[in-house]
Amino acid sequence: MADRESWNEDRARGVIAAVAVKEGAALPILHALQHVFGCVPLQAEPLVASALNITRAEVHGIVTFYHEFRRSPPGRHVLRLCRAEACQAVGADAVGAHLRSALAIDWHETSRDGAMTLEPVFCLGLCATGPSALLDGDPIGRLDAARVDRMLESLT
Amino acid sequence: MTRVFVPRDAAALAMGAEAVAKALAEHADVVRTGSRGLFWLEPMIEVETPEGRIAYGPVEAADVPGLLADGLLTGTARRLRLGVPEQIPFLARQTRLTFARCGIVDPLSLGDYRAHGGFEGLEKARAMGPAAIVETVLASGLRGRGGAGFPTGIKWKTVAEAKGDRKYIVCNADEGDSGTYADRMMMEGDPFSLVEGMIIAGLAVGATKGYVYTRSEYPHAIDTFDKALDIARRAGLLGGDFDIEQRSGAGAYVCGEETSLLESLEGKRGQVRAKPPLPAHKGLFGQPTVINNLVTLTSLPCILRDGAEHYQALGMGRSRGTMPIQLAGNLKYAGLFEAGFGVTLGELVNDIGGGTRSGRPIRAVQVGGPLGAYFPPALFDTPFDYEAFAARDGLIGHGGVVVFDDTVDMAHQARFAMEFCAAESCGKCTPCRIGSVRGLETVDKILAERDVDANLELLRDLCHTMKFGSLCALGGFIPYPVLSAMNFFPEDFRQATRLAAA
Ligand SMILES: Cc1cc2nc3c(=O)[nH]c(=O)nc-3n(C[C@H](O)[C@H](O)[C@H](O)COP(=O)(O)O)c2cc1C
Ligand code: SF4
Ligand code: FES
Repeated sequence: MADRESWNEDRARGVIAAVAVKEGAALPILHALQHVFGCVPLQAEPLVASALNITRAEVHGIVTFYHEFRRSPPGRHVLRLCRAEACQAVGADAVGAHLRSALAIDWHETSRDGAMTLEPVFCLGLCATGPSALLDGDPIGRLDAARVDRMLESLT
Repeated sequence: MTRVFVPRDAAALAMGAEAVAKALAEHADVVRTGSRGLFWLEPMIEVETPEGRIAYGPVEAADVPGLLADGLLTGTARRLRLGVPEQIPFLARQTRLTFARCGIVDPLSLGDYRAHGGFEGLEKARAMGPAAIVETVLASGLRGRGGAGFPTGIKWKTVAEAKGDRKYIVCNADEGDSGTYADRMMMEGDPFSLVEGMIIAGLAVGATKGYVYTRSEYPHAIDTFDKALDIARRAGLLGGDFDIEQRSGAGAYVCGEETSLLESLEGKRGQVRAKPPLPAHKGLFGQPTVINNLVTLTSLPCILRDGAEHYQALGMGRSRGTMPIQLAGNLKYAGLFEAGFGVTLGELVNDIGGGTRSGRPIRAVQVGGPLGAYFPPALFDTPFDYEAFAARDGLIGHGGVVVFDDTVDMAHQARFAMEFCAAESCGKCTPCRIGSVRGLETVDKILAERDVDANLELLRDLCHTMKFGSLCALGGFIPYPVLSAMNFFPEDFRQATRLAAA
């Protein structure tokens, strides 16, 4: 996946400052941090709080409200598998079970070799060609156990 | 070189469109488009010939050399040939108004957009002035396509009459319902429609700023729409007295609810606000705000261009105009079907959708996303109409139709509804926050065969409390999928009959 940077406070301040001027800047800031660092770590909270002039508790409340923000960096690849109804209707539950056993992890976890983080999502708007997923942002359709195995083999 | 149109729609990419485009690159002038919405045929490519476009699909990259050798570029290759796209029955049966350009034009070409009737509605709107725009939208009978079906003209009139320092147009592109993808297709396939629709809305109510709130699960839509905004700004269509900014959500379903969305745009937790005040009076940053679904907004250009009469003439009852219905799940022919209201659920899933992809009988259809009821085949005569679905305790929502075959376990689906509500509840009110957790535990007890009668009774009670005690439609409507599963498929809630059926 794209080059993710490790935590650096000065870098974080710069990232925050670049978007803090927007109206209602909290989400744009958190997205920007996650884009750079792969997550919104706890250390980022006081920086965001002072940029937005709100309390750290408020920032914490915002970060934890939204499912998308991770608190620690993901593996080298991120697979976001759809678990919603239209994908369930074509076997998404079985694909999810196969993935978890193949990677020996549960949802939101990263495989021991650090290759893959598995995240559930509820609909990707790819509901006519399911089961669907995004692998590092690229859409994949009609997933089944065989396709999953081929995909896992091709990863580095 | 011959022009070949290859979709860049995310669903076409999921089926391998990128590799097909690469394989064609040296041999043809490849134009990337949105999707026509015939997803079982994706990647569906179209070759420009003197007789018009000829479609081929589903094409894999490995098919390309053979097709080229057989005359793909003259439209004469026989294999995978679908002929004139508009004559494919699935498309021929539709009335494409809102989605007329999607899959045909280059989404980022203003020239293409204009050549296909773009901005004609805006020109008419400018000429007629704000009051007449609102009158036209009222007369068209357009109702919000985000779910609640509220008359758009009435909402606009309220905002037009409200006083405020500035007014906002907010486009709800959170599209969280499973089985829906119309917003996504439009943003990827015809983004200038949204730009035009929002400018028209701004003119009508006197707004100076527009926001589009797009769910983060749609990276391709976000990317295409940002590019479209850039192009529109450079062409002077935006940036003067009206500008548009896109923001992205962060994976919270409840942020599709309008007041939660506004909180989120303001940079807060997406907790639902009590109404009143209505967003029309005190919306974004406390200012008068129009918040409309993306399909509502993109229906405006053709209403203004062709007139209210033309739109109003389509449909049934109080559901006027067309609805882009999204066929999804276990269907042979799943895709976008835009038609006047009134087509029955049975026609949609059997005639148009072709029955299940698995070849097994259809057992249940969920219409309207995770808050919509599950309908059994006995209700397939229900016409696609807001009131007809409501009369049967269902809803059409944003137009998603999700089909399940006879392997579905309806107790499991009821459990999922409660689990989803527990995970997505904004936490503001007790019936939803606590009720969904209790509901989940209760279904688990039923599945474990503990005091089944008493627990079924308790589940019904819980549903009743949630229906009448919840602040918004998340807690208020999650009982519908649960109760419909219990009422229409009671055998799935009893171990003996579950096992017998399996
Ligand atoms: C839990 C919940 C989720 C919703 N999700 C969406 C959504 O994703 N998109 C949408 O347009 N409306 C959604 N709505 C409906 C909006 O609250 C609102 O009615 C709509 O944006 C108004 O626009 P319209 O009149 O053009 O439909 C949702 C409502 C609820 C209660
Ligand atoms: S019903 Fe649920 S989502 Fe809606 S306001 Fe109450 S707690 Fe929030
Ligand atoms: S339900 Fe899986 S992509 Fe929509």
